Amino acid sequence: MKKNIESHDSLWDEYNPSEYMKDSRLGLDEKLVRFISKEKNEPEWMLERRLESFRVYQEKAFPTWGPDLSKLNLEGITYYAKASDKQAESWDDVPEDIKNTFNKLGIPQAEQEVLAGVGAQYESTVIYHSLKEEYKKKGVIFEDLDVALQKYPELVKPHFMRVMPPSLHKFSALHGAVWSGGTFLYIPAGVKLEQPLQAYFRMNAKGMGQFEHTLIIIEKGAEAHYIEGCSAPRYGADSLHAGGVEIYVEEGARFRYSSVESWSKDAYNLNTKRALVKKGAHMEWVGGNFGSNITMLYPCSILVGEGASADHLGVAFAGEGQTQDTGAKVIHIAKNTSSNIVMKSISKGGGKALYRGLVDIKEGAENAVVSVKCDALLLDEFSSSDTVPVIKINDSSAAIAHEASAGKISAEDMFYLRSRGLKEDEAAAMIVNGFIEPITKELPLEYSVEMNRMIELEMEGSVG
Amino acid sequence: MNILEVKNLKVSAGKKLILDGLSFSIAEGESLVVMGPNGSGKSTLANVLMGHPDYEVKAGKIIFKGKDITKAKPEERAAAGLFLSFQEPREITGLELFPFLFDSYKALNKSKSKKADSVFVFKDKLDKELLNLNIKDDWSSRGLNQDFSGGEKKKSELLQLALANPDLAILDEIDSGLDVDALEIAGQALQRFKKKKKSLLVVTHYQRVLKYIKPDKVLVMAGGKIKERGGPELASRLEKEGFKAFV
Repeated sequence: MKKNIESHDSLWDEYNPSEYMKDSRLGLDEKLVRFISKEKNEPEWMLERRLESFRVYQEKAFPTWGPDLSKLNLEGITYYAKASDKQAESWDDVPEDIKNTFNKLGIPQAEQEVLAGVGAQYESTVIYHSLKEEYKKKGVIFEDLDVALQKYPELVKPHFMRVMPPSLHKFSALHGAVWSGGTFLYIPAGVKLEQPLQAYFRMNAKGMGQFEHTLIIIEKGAEAHYIEGCSAPRYGADSLHAGGVEIYVEEGARFRYSSVESWSKDAYNLNTKRALVKKGAHMEWVGGNFGSNITMLYPCSILVGEGASADHLGVAFAGEGQTQDTGAKVIHIAKNTSSNIVMKSISKGGGKALYRGLVDIKEGAENAVVSVKCDALLLDEFSSSDTVPVIKINDSSAAIAHEASAGKISAEDMFYLRSRGLKEDEAAAMIVNGFIEPITKELPLEYSVEMNRMIELEMEGSVG
Repeated sequence: MNILEVKNLKVSAGKKLILDGLSFSIAEGESLVVMGPNGSGKSTLANVLMGHPDYEVKAGKIIFKGKDITKAKPEERAAAGLFLSFQEPREITGLELFPFLFDSYKALNKSKSKKADSVFVFKDKLDKELLNLNIKDDWSSRGLNQDFSGGEKKKSELLQLALANPDLAILDEIDSGLDVDALEIAGQALQRFKKKKKSLLVVTHYQRVLKYIKPDKVLVMAGGKIKERGGPELASRLEKEGFKAFV
């Protein structure tokens, strides 16, 4: 089992010399918050919001209802570092060592054929951004958020941290104080994108925090799919990821946000993702969570308009020493809203997977329809899974369906596949990939292939 | 030469001895039929020969193509040229059938240390077998046996048998769950297999499949033991008299 865990980390274990980290500093105070804002030449209102967030951050305690975060030392984190001075427009401008890392992750090839645009975050500054010409003509904006803040303040200011306020919890407040880089995506009314837009995030330096902010606005009747993948190399020092995603899905619009996150085994992944869904609009979350020490992630849809709907699909894989505390949150505020939650978890080698969900049906949200289904697969007797599905119903017209299952890989299924010539770990990986197929089939091909490959790597040498 | 030799095989599940000293052999190109009432141990025998991990071999040996495979893993037996068609094939949710068949095909061919066939060669073979078994195109979008009817599952086993092209196929109740037309298709598939000078071990409760497979040898099992041995005439006798005499 040890061997397996070491073996698949070769990619994540390689790192580039972090020359630029020398001048960075550990810990957080008001001076650093002001420094970040000044360094980025931000408008006064953004500095004020950062400082307000910092005040909230200082007041808030760690959440006590979830996994144990007592080993997370917030004073030992680097909150801001710059990897590259200028943003690259074309692949040729990207520095060689950074390019090597991306090459290993297969980014440029993927971009050529399938993807409409690429925004890749390396440390705190987005270094590469591109968007196909046709989308530019349609008025689609796909930018580094730091750039968008300067170029499109009229779009950024009214939306920034509105659906994801600093007051939510300690890490959204921390995020508001030190956020850096990230993506701004704007789809004008009526524009429908058929190909997914992609960004790739990657933490590199040891003990580095990453606080990218993703702000997405899908105007009336528009349709788009955005996908991001995250990975971090593996280091001894704890690293913290407290990203923020906020999405505004306007009337009649449809949006899908997909992410495949594969964090190094020491990272704390404490992410906040929220969407505001207007009348007749539809929001879809598709997520895969791999790696990390502790992940806490509960994408949230707030259904504020009549007939709004949301789908939440997720996979979490908890390996040795890992806790995946993930789930979904849907708040039904308007009439005739519906939500559909499908979560699958896999735990192995003592890993803990927990589904934590909240469906909140407010008074007056008549005829809400809710379906929650969570399935857990345990690969050995040391691993565990649990569900904490909270459903609050303040309107009696709601129709709710809830199903949960937990089970092991069937020995008969294993024997069947092995009798067809497949080795034990291959057979187990096939069964696990079959188990998560309802989620992976929703991802673009190269992502579902990558997710299946990650499962195979996790399963190598793990049985028998 | 014998393709399979089973010598004094004693097998337990938990504390219970369920196969009690079986000895028999199958020569190359031969068909052996194992008959017996429910609970006689004939299905257990099929699973034990394929290496089911729930059973413990307490004594005896299984020699396949001259090699002792008593302790071999199921995948090693498959690679050596042994195949088991399951009485109740498993439904593997979400595992796409055709990619699975290709993975299995590659695994078996690699182990035979032949040059692994290309996907195009595989596709030709697959298309031919789909036609032979009268399988519809929509199988390409299905999971492995997922939501298959009883008859479809047996066709899936026969498809896998044809692609695996083993030296010895063990068929556990291949004829159950088949209607008359499906039985005809299955029977022809087995005849095609036999034409290649391959060997068969047919475990069956009924006689129906014997219309297509003329057995060279017949064993009657009851209570984990072989109660009677004979040729095709024994099968005919059982058809008339039933298993009563052996229970």
